[in-house]
Amino acid sequence: MITDFPIPQAVVAPELAWVGLALLLPLISAVLCVVCAAARLPGKLPAVFTVLALAASFVVVLRAYNAYSGPVQVPIFEWMSFAWGDGRFQQFTAPCALYIDSLTLFWMLFVTGLGTLIALYASEYMETEKGAGYARFFFGISIFLFAMSSLVMGDNLVMLYLGWEGVGLASYLLIGFDYQRPAAVAAAKKAFIMNRIGDLGLALGIFMLWANYGTLQYSQLFQAMNAGGQTVVDWDVSLIPFLLMLGAFGKSAQFPLFTWLPDAMEGPTPVSALIHAATMVTAGVFLIARMYPFFALHPEALATVAWIGGGTALLAATIGMAQYDIKRVFAYSTISQLGYMFLGLGVGTTYGACYHTFTHAFFKALLFLTAGAIMHGFAGQLDLRKLSGLRHIPGWRLVSWTMFIGCLWLAAFPYTAAFFSKDAILLKALTSARWDFVFLGWLGLFTAALTAYYTFRVWFRVCCGPVHFEPAADGHHGDASHDAHGHGSTHPAQGAHAVDHGFHPHAPKWAISTVLALLAIGTVAAGFPAYNEAFAHGSNWAQRMIAGSSAAAGAQPEEHAAESAAGETDHHAGHSTVLGMEAHTGLLVVGATASIGGILIAAYLHLLSRASADALRRALMGNWVTRWLPICMERKWFVDEIYHGLFRLPLWLGSQVLHFGDKHFLDGLLVDGIARVPIAAGKLFRPLYGGALQGYAVSMVAGVALVLAWMMWVWLRGFE
Amino acid sequence: MNAFPAHALASTALEGIGQAFAAASGAQLSLSLAISALLFVIGLVGFMVRRNMIIMFLCTELMFQGAALAMITFARMHMDVSGQVFVIFILTVAAAEAALALGLVVLLHRRRETLSAEVWSDLGEA
Repeated sequence: MITDFPIPQAVVAPELAWVGLALLLPLISAVLCVVCAAARLPGKLPAVFTVLALAASFVVVLRAYNAYSGPVQVPIFEWMSFAWGDGRFQQFTAPCALYIDSLTLFWMLFVTGLGTLIALYASEYMETEKGAGYARFFFGISIFLFAMSSLVMGDNLVMLYLGWEGVGLASYLLIGFDYQRPAAVAAAKKAFIMNRIGDLGLALGIFMLWANYGTLQYSQLFQAMNAGGQTVVDWDVSLIPFLLMLGAFGKSAQFPLFTWLPDAMEGPTPVSALIHAATMVTAGVFLIARMYPFFALHPEALATVAWIGGGTALLAATIGMAQYDIKRVFAYSTISQLGYMFLGLGVGTTYGACYHTFTHAFFKALLFLTAGAIMHGFAGQLDLRKLSGLRHIPGWRLVSWTMFIGCLWLAAFPYTAAFFSKDAILLKALTSARWDFVFLGWLGLFTAALTAYYTFRVWFRVCCGPVHFEPAADGHHGDASHDAHGHGSTHPAQGAHAVDHGFHPHAPKWAISTVLALLAIGTVAAGFPAYNEAFAHGSNWAQRMIAGSSAAAGAQPEEHAAESAAGETDHHAGHSTVLGMEAHTGLLVVGATASIGGILIAAYLHLLSRASADALRRALMGNWVTRWLPICMERKWFVDEIYHGLFRLPLWLGSQVLHFGDKHFLDGLLVDGIARVPIAAGKLFRPLYGGALQGYAVSMVAGVALVLAWMMWVWLRGFE
Repeated sequence: MNAFPAHALASTALEGIGQAFAAASGAQLSLSLAISALLFVIGLVGFMVRRNMIIMFLCTELMFQGAALAMITFARMHMDVSGQVFVIFILTVAAAEAALALGLVVLLHRRRETLSAEVWSDLGEA
């Protein structure tokens, strides 16, 4: 399978060292942010530095894209180099170098592009923090971009690991940005600890790669793959993809390790948009796409990825249906969409997975930023039951309609970009020779209907219907101060009955509006590769990008794949239909039905007849047979509680036992016990020192008398 | 009277003392030891029964002198001057200590307007 699509061999190109600026610029801006904080410079200077640095690194990536003609390896400086012999397994090198192939560029384009836009958005969103945490916030963003660039552009797995941990650190710092709120601190710790579990797998996978191939540089690893080194399959070689995927599942919030992502919404919304929706969480997809040859060696590893992805997509979608916090709904939709990407990787279409990552990055960033604009304007209100009819409030039209675009894309409405990228995944699954992949494909279609439902549940609730809103009571997400400053020029429309009559939402200003508009354009534009293929019968840019990289095996155009994978063609022949129709047409029909059906159900329950949504819930809760369904969905299938019971409770009990032993045995018996001996002895003699001077004299005399008496006795006895 | 000129008298007296020392018998030494013990006991009992800090301090001086006298006696008994040397030291130390102790007594008196040692018993344990 691999040898049919040899991985393009990288050439060494030291003259491209300027691409390293994409890494260096965010680092410089991070240093400048520290300087701003140290010098207590007021104003938006940190934001200016960050936005400029990120924009410059986006330009660097664009120039690198223009100059790109094939995979290159760009040495920058020697970083780690040890040798303890001349043999293959007796040296370890991890230079600071870049490995640039089309997959790298594909990723860097949206990482730096979205990073720039979201940093611009944050310059307005975070303005209430000016002076206090402003520099700290942009320091975190800069460090994140540096680490993410190292992760994506690094020449070896050591640089990937550096970036992997760096983005984890940035994520931790930014989730816990509002460090005085216990919920934010707990969420930051949870994200960090759950990621450590995955990172352990990644680290072990990297160790095993070195132990089996003697190198961690992609170019040499791929060379070994092309040379057919994969035919020797030892048990520990087959462990490698499983260990790597554990790391990917941790970072990308897949089934066993997904509960940190919804909690990460405690961070400021631009962070949720950039790190926890658009870029960082796709690192797991990148890792598997980058190391795809190693996964492709083991069909069972890919099947595991597919099952975990498909299962997570469904699980997260069902939870997302029953949440009331807008950001949480979007967080679960992120987990669900990431599930699709892993499903795509697992069933063997790296193109579908990576293209879905690309489209998802745009529309999910857009959705989060609209949610952030709402939160910013309505004093932290995010409960979709307490916001309604935003579309009719002047100043909120842009937010409403850009959110509508994001929702259409997330719902994979026919002929949107996400429709094509999701269908690429589902098509591959449904036409697979494996029955379980076909099953997962249908599961994915069902999930698509759920996705359309919960997405439009949010939009119909928040943006449509009668105008009604109330500000958050508890200053959710530390944005309480927002209602205190300027009301802007906007006021609720006539007839708006805000519960708190003194409250006026303030509409977003230029930075937020510009970014929302640009992102909406980007969201639409992300569909062009697919449109070009579907309507103009041209070539698909995204497919070309992925096909030219290490993930080539899963990204060939179909004719090519059919020719090359001769062994699989007869399997495909029997399965390239969906519901009796030709696969593409069939999927178009089924996918469109799922999406539109979900939207229509949402329209009925949350726009036309909101009472019937409550009635439905009451009916389900009233019947003991169906009662479990809403309860489990609202309580997130009790996953947190199960983890609590399985891990936290035993650990807590163990700590209590150890604490008891420490307190009563080590501390009580040994330390305090020994200390009690002199105390008791002191108590025995204390009455002698009552304070009467004569008493001391008497005791001295008595002592001397005793000594004398003893001496006399000895003396007399000696004379006998 | 002239038969005993002043210088002769002086020399005779010195001779007499010298002879007295030289001729000191065991009984005479016992007597001076007894006096030393008596001085010591008087000081000890006085220290234990009196409350006035100056008297108590004088009693310690008495005990000092008792000890010093015992040392001189033993020095004579063993014909060794080191005992006498010690006494000189004791007197010096006692003089310094007397200055310190009287100063302390003055300070203590200023604090509580009384010389009784009992008022200071709250400095002790328990």
